Amino acid sequence: MTAPLLATRKLVAGYGEAAVLAGIDLTLEEGRTLALLGRNGTGKTTLVETIAGLTTHHGGTIHLMGQDITRMRADRRVAAGIGWVPQERNIFKSLTVEENLTAIARPGVWTVDRAYSMFPRLKERRRNLGSQLSGGEQQMLAVARALMVNPRLLLLDEPLEGLAPIIVDELLAALRQIVDGEGMSAIIIEQKARKVLPLAHEAIILDRGAIVYQGSSSDLLADEKALGQHLGVEKVPARV
Amino acid sequence: MSVITREDVAPVEDGQDDQARAMRLMRRRSRIRFFEFIIWPAAVAAIFLLPSKMLILTEIAILALFAVSLDLVLGFAGIVSLGHTAFFGIGAYTAGLFARHYFAEPVTGLLVAGVVSGILGFATSFLILRGSDLTRLMTTLGIALMLGEAANQMGWLTGGADGLSGFSLGPILGLFEFDLWGRNGYIYCLAVLFVTTMVARRIAFSPFGLALKAIKSNPTRAALVGVPARRRLVIAYTIAAVMAGFAGALLTQTTSFVSPDVLAFHRSADVLLILVIGGTGYLYGGIFGAIGFTLLKDWLSVVTPQYWMFWIGLLLVILVLVGRGRIARWIEYIPQRLTAAMGGKP
Repeated sequence: MTAPLLATRKLVAGYGEAAVLAGIDLTLEEGRTLALLGRNGTGKTTLVETIAGLTTHHGGTIHLMGQDITRMRADRRVAAGIGWVPQERNIFKSLTVEENLTAIARPGVWTVDRAYSMFPRLKERRRNLGSQLSGGEQQMLAVARALMVNPRLLLLDEPLEGLAPIIVDELLAALRQIVDGEGMSAIIIEQKARKVLPLAHEAIILDRGAIVYQGSSSDLLADEKALGQHLGVEKVPARV
Repeated sequence: MSVITREDVAPVEDGQDDQARAMRLMRRRSRIRFFEFIIWPAAVAAIFLLPSKMLILTEIAILALFAVSLDLVLGFAGIVSLGHTAFFGIGAYTAGLFARHYFAEPVTGLLVAGVVSGILGFATSFLILRGSDLTRLMTTLGIALMLGEAANQMGWLTGGADGLSGFSLGPILGLFEFDLWGRNGYIYCLAVLFVTTMVARRIAFSPFGLALKAIKSNPTRAALVGVPARRRLVIAYTIAAVMAGFAGALLTQTTSFVSPDVLAFHRSADVLLILVIGGTGYLYGGIFGAIGFTLLKDWLSVVTPQYWMFWIGLLLVILVLVGRGRIARWIEYIPQRLTAAMGGKP
C-alpha cells in the first residue's frame, strides 16, 4: 500500500507559545484537492503555514509521501514537493515576470512556457516588473511561481481574495486546469465556499483550530445546514 | 478565457530551456554599465596623471575594497554590521605577522590574511544568523571590540598599543618593490581591488546573488521558494570577511605597520558612512563612497583642521534627511534618461 501524499496526525502548532491547531488529523491522497474552509481566525492559514514549515511545532507529525517532514526546514519542504501561494502573494516586485519565474525554477514538468500557456496574461506582461502588475496578475504570477518549483502538493491561501469577478473566473478556470487537467494535488483555503467547493474533491471546516466537518466537497455543497452553521453561508435563493 | 488542454502545452522534457532562459536574463542584468567603463580606466590613468597623489589613491583603493566587502553583506544579504572591522583588523595583523615571521612576499601574505579572516567570518557567521538587526549590530560590534582589546593586551604577539612594526615587505610576486612614492603600492592595491570587485560582481549577479537579495527583502518568501537562507548567509558573510581581510592586509603591506587602530570602532562606522554616501546594493557604491569620503575628509582636514569631523557629521545628517527612504540609493535621483544612457540603474 502506498503512503498518502500528505498525512498529519494529532498536529498541534501555532506561533511561539500559543498553540492554534488542536490536534489535526488529515489525509490527502495524490491527485486530490482539499477545500479548507472556516470563518476568520479558525486556524486555516496556520494549518497551511504549518505544512509549509513556518509555525512553531508543538506536537504531532506531518508526513509527505511517507517522509516525515515534521522538523524539516521550510526551504527543504519546497525541495520535498510543497509549493505555496501565500495570501499576500509575495512576488518579487523588483524582478520582471519572467525573472520571477526563472529565478526559482526547478527541473520538472512545469516550465516557464507551460506557465505562460496556463496564464497568457503573464506572457504578455513578461517584461513588466512585479510592482507594475495588477492584483489579479500578481496572483497569477504567485500561482505560476509556485508551479515553477514543480511541487507535488500546492497550498493556496485565499487565492481569490480581493480580485475582480472577471479575474476570479479566469483564475478559477486556471486552477481547475491545474487540479483537474494536470492532476495536481492542492489544499485551497477560501472564504467563498461556493466558488471553491466545485473545484475540490474533499472539504474540511475548521473551528478554533479543530476539524468540525470533514467529507466530500459535493456533500458539503449540498448540505445547506452545515454551510450555514459553520460558515454562515446563506442558501442560494431559487431563480424565479 | 480559453480552455487549455494538455496538447496546447508544449511538452518539455526537463528544465534546460528554463535554465538557459534564466542565464540569459542574468547576463542581461549583469551587463557592464557605462560608469564601469569610466572608473577603471580613470583609476589606471591616475598612475600617470597624478603621480604625487599615490598615497591618497592607495588609501581610497583600500577603503573601497573594505566598503565593497561590506556592501556584499549589507546591500545584498541585508546583514547590518557595526563590527566589519574585525575582519579588516585580523587581515591586517595576519599580513603583518606573516611577513615578520614567515614570508615577506605580499601576494602570499594577502592570500593567507584572506584565509584567516574567512575562517573568522565563517565561525562568527553562526552568531549573526540569530536574532534581528539590533542583535546583529550588537553581536558584530562585540566581536570587533573583543578582538580590539585582545590585540591591545597581547603585546608579545601584536606589539600591543604600540603596534606591530619592524618588518618589511619583499617585492610583489618577487618582481616589483614597494617604492618611496607609493606608485607600485597603488598599482598593487588597484589590481587587488579590481580582481576582488569583479569576483564580487560575478557573485552579486549570479543566482546566488539573486537569492541573497530575495533573503534580504523577505526571508520567509525566500524559504518558500526553496532558498536555503541560512547556508547562503553563511557563505556571503564568509566571502565578505575574506575581502575585508584583503583590505586590512593591503593597509599593512603598504604602510609596513599595524596597530590596534585597525580594529577600532571608527573604522566600522567610516565604512558604513562610505556606503551611505555611495549607495548600497550595486557594489560600486563602496568605490564611489570611498572616493567621496576620502577626498572630502582630505579637503576638510586642510580647510578646517580642527572641525573636519563636524562637517562630516553634518553631511551625514543632511544625507539621511534628504535621502529618507532612498538613502543609500542616491542614484535614483539621477534623471531616468541619463541613467538609461548609462546602461540602466544599477
